[in-house]
Amino acid sequence: MTEAWPDPAAWLILLPLAWATLAFLAGPGRGGRLAIPALAAQCALALWLAVSLAESGARLHPVGGWGAPLGIDLLADGLSAVMLLLTQAVALALAVYAQAYFADAHHRHEATWFWPLTGFLIAAMNALFLSADLFNLYVTLELLGLAAVGLVAVGGGTAQIAAALRYLLVSLIASGAYLMGVALIYGTYGTAAIASLAPLIDPTPPLATWLAAGLMVVGLMAKTALFPFHFWLPPAHGGAPAPVSALLSALVVKASFYLVLRLALGPFAPLAEMAAWLAGGLGAAAILWGSWQALRTRHIKRLVAWSTVAQLGYLFLIFPLLAADGLAMQAGVMQAVAHGLAKAALFAAAGVLMRATGRDTLDGLAGVAGRVPLTLFAFGLAGVTIMGLPPSAGFLAKWLLIDAALASGQWGWVVVIIAGGLLAAGYIFRVLRRAFLVAPEDSRFHPVPRRLEWTAFALAVASVLLGLRGAELVALLG
Amino acid sequence: MTVNEVLPLAVIASSLLPGLIIFALPERRIGLRSALNLLGAVSKLVFVGLLLAGVAAGEEYGFRHTVLPGVELVFKADALALLFVTLSTVLWLFTTVYAIGYLEGSPHRSRFFGFFSLCVTATVGLAMAGNLFTFFVFYELLTLSTFPLVVHRGTPQAMRGGMVYLAYTLAGGALLLTGIVWLHGLMGQVDFVHGGSVAALGPQATAQLKVVFLLLIAGVGVKAAIVPLHGWLPQAMVAPAPVSALLHAVAVVKAGAFGIVRIVYEVYGVEYAQSLGLLLPLAIAAAITIVWGSVRALFQDDLKKRLAYSTVSQVSYIALGVALFGPVGTIGGLAHLVHQGIMKITLFFAAGNYAETLGVHKVSELDGAGRRMPLTSAAFSIAAFGMIGVAPTAGYVSKWYLGEGALAAGMDWVVAVLWTSSLLNAAYFLPILYRLWFRPRPAAWPHEHIPARGWRETGWLLLAPPLITAAAVLITGLFAETSWSPLAWAKLIAAREYLQ
Repeated sequence: MTEAWPDPAAWLILLPLAWATLAFLAGPGRGGRLAIPALAAQCALALWLAVSLAESGARLHPVGGWGAPLGIDLLADGLSAVMLLLTQAVALALAVYAQAYFADAHHRHEATWFWPLTGFLIAAMNALFLSADLFNLYVTLELLGLAAVGLVAVGGGTAQIAAALRYLLVSLIASGAYLMGVALIYGTYGTAAIASLAPLIDPTPPLATWLAAGLMVVGLMAKTALFPFHFWLPPAHGGAPAPVSALLSALVVKASFYLVLRLALGPFAPLAEMAAWLAGGLGAAAILWGSWQALRTRHIKRLVAWSTVAQLGYLFLIFPLLAADGLAMQAGVMQAVAHGLAKAALFAAAGVLMRATGRDTLDGLAGVAGRVPLTLFAFGLAGVTIMGLPPSAGFLAKWLLIDAALASGQWGWVVVIIAGGLLAAGYIFRVLRRAFLVAPEDSRFHPVPRRLEWTAFALAVASVLLGLRGAELVALLG
Repeated sequence: MTVNEVLPLAVIASSLLPGLIIFALPERRIGLRSALNLLGAVSKLVFVGLLLAGVAAGEEYGFRHTVLPGVELVFKADALALLFVTLSTVLWLFTTVYAIGYLEGSPHRSRFFGFFSLCVTATVGLAMAGNLFTFFVFYELLTLSTFPLVVHRGTPQAMRGGMVYLAYTLAGGALLLTGIVWLHGLMGQVDFVHGGSVAALGPQATAQLKVVFLLLIAGVGVKAAIVPLHGWLPQAMVAPAPVSALLHAVAVVKAGAFGIVRIVYEVYGVEYAQSLGLLLPLAIAAAITIVWGSVRALFQDDLKKRLAYSTVSQVSYIALGVALFGPVGTIGGLAHLVHQGIMKITLFFAAGNYAETLGVHKVSELDGAGRRMPLTSAAFSIAAFGMIGVAPTAGYVSKWYLGEGALAAGMDWVVAVLWTSSLLNAAYFLPILYRLWFRPRPAAWPHEHIPARGWRETGWLLLAPPLITAAAVLITGLFAETSWSPLAWAKLIAAREYLQ
């Protein structure tokens, strides 16, 4: 199947690679002017892909005309289209944010490697969402991990370098585990293509397959920062500059989740039932532990980062429910999208709050409701999504999850989901409550570029309004 | 889209859009902000008028939008919805006028009026919700939009009140959500229809349906302040007076009471609920709340706190009316939904006037205030008589129908509860009236902010709303038997509910 017009899928990988390289050549901090129009074009490409998929269903694009097993196949279906759309849209908004953020003299040094690394990061993610082969996926995972580690370190502070090194270590061990799993699979079945593996793996596979699946999934869980592998996330996401935190928390951790979901729905489906309870249990623990830590921390960005740990837990709650009901997959993707938009907004807003107050603690927030109301509004709206309150997309995700849990009679998860929502309200309102307090006499506020406020606001509004268009998203998933 | 689809949306948009624009307005654009507020309130009134005329003539108004497969956002402007929508729309207009006067010169007014409009948007959306999903959407929106109003002053005390409010209402919302999704799993989308729809599930589901009923009623019971879920209401008193007025008369507690009406009549169906034995426990809970709220009100010296406990008590009259099996009790409960709103808003307007004009916050400081502020005090007195249930006020009408309904349902003990409550109401309102009118005025008021000028005892924006609503308390009582009274509309709803 070759087409006269080049497939948007291939361009979604090539374009970010191209602008990342150019940004690298252009020199420190100059990539923004290139990245924003390119990301806008990528948004259009992803939309085009989604529309054409909605019309004609999943499609395979053999790069250069060589099909598997010799060449590289790009596979686009509804799930990848949703993830691609989310990635391009959030990245575009954050690029606009980052350009204004790094224009400030205090932050200019952090921008040195920001643009090229971001380009490589997005190229790796897009490739990951489009790959149909376990080994190619490994390559994209590795590139993604390295770019993400580099971004954590762009700030250059001691704490940031330490967090980046820790992240690097986890990332390398995790990809190593994944690669070992792929090798075992290839040795057992003679192929690494997901489509050809699916019919080969039966419910009683050899021990090697179990081992392989275990290694791959645990590696991916570590990259997704699922409890108890979450320890690297709060320092890495909490310490990086705001646009980086937003990119990492909103998008990067979703990539490895996407892969777990792909595997659980595809080749590992026969094995998934056994391990699903474990994944769900870890997810539940993540929700409770992450929220608890978010309720205790004194720093704004740490709070948001711990919230990511908690919210990622919801993604893994779907695995015990996958077998029982088709709702669970929709719930997981809805949660991934809702959290992606809302978490980007929260980090973007947290960046503004920190810059306006000049402090990074919750105690410094008194009075910001009067000074940067738009940003606080953005924080609140994104918080609505995180709490899972209507009419946000986070609410629809929670609705679908509870519906799936009740339909399969698994009551325990309902309690966790409801408790998680209340705990989330607890930590979101920790911020809002302080913001409404009367500012102390001696507090000083610094002016903040309006563009930072508006991008945070736009992301937050998107996360809420998406809740009114959930039907379209579900239809795209098919 | 047809006119019948657009009109309910227009009712929602008429407060949503001004609210969103007001958020963006700079603080100093007072004139434009007030104009937008009033424009929204008046245009909402016009839309509601059109709906009322249409529904009385048998038209059906509704709008549907699919959110997820099998889950729809449904608006339905039926007779019951319009009872609540009309109350909120009319009282929103008065409260807006009052709030413009009350907040003159205070900071963060754009934020205040923005959330104020959102709060009313949530209320009318909730009133017109056509299924449980939509109801929940606006129920939570109401929680979120009232929080910034409760904590508006930004004092630590306001924060405490706001956090207690949130803890109660969000926990209630979680219970409600569980119940709604459970029911959704059992029977798909649960639309509000006359006579209810869950009876179709058959006898094997009754145990589950009882648990779901408990979850749903506990969920909305938090906002309706049914004992022991009422703890937030006295705490939320830290809010500015117009917010308290709105919370107590229109928005929050009424949303809870209205939820009980919808759940009993249009989800379960009053006859099916009775056959499951769910109405008697509800009636008992309401009766306990009525007496407990009144007893607690006796011991409050803070005027707004006393009124808050009075609300706890009075709102449960609505739940009580719903729980009395039979049309007369229904009429009493629904009429009280409106009557309590008019009376309570008058009391809060008056309490706000005492605080804003004289700096008086406590009952014990009210000595002689009647002579300093005769018009406000007259309004307060009329509303207080209404609360006690003295003829010919609106409160008398509701109590009379509730008593009749109780006798018709064979629940004579309810009449005793109503009598006890009336005596208690008298016991906590009459001392206030005595102080207002018969005690000598003190040498100086605590903080006299607004000096008297001739007959104008305070700013006219503060004075006009309570006078109008106090007049309404009398008029709805005196003309209860005419065809345009809230009572007549309640009779129309009861007829449609019981003739299915």
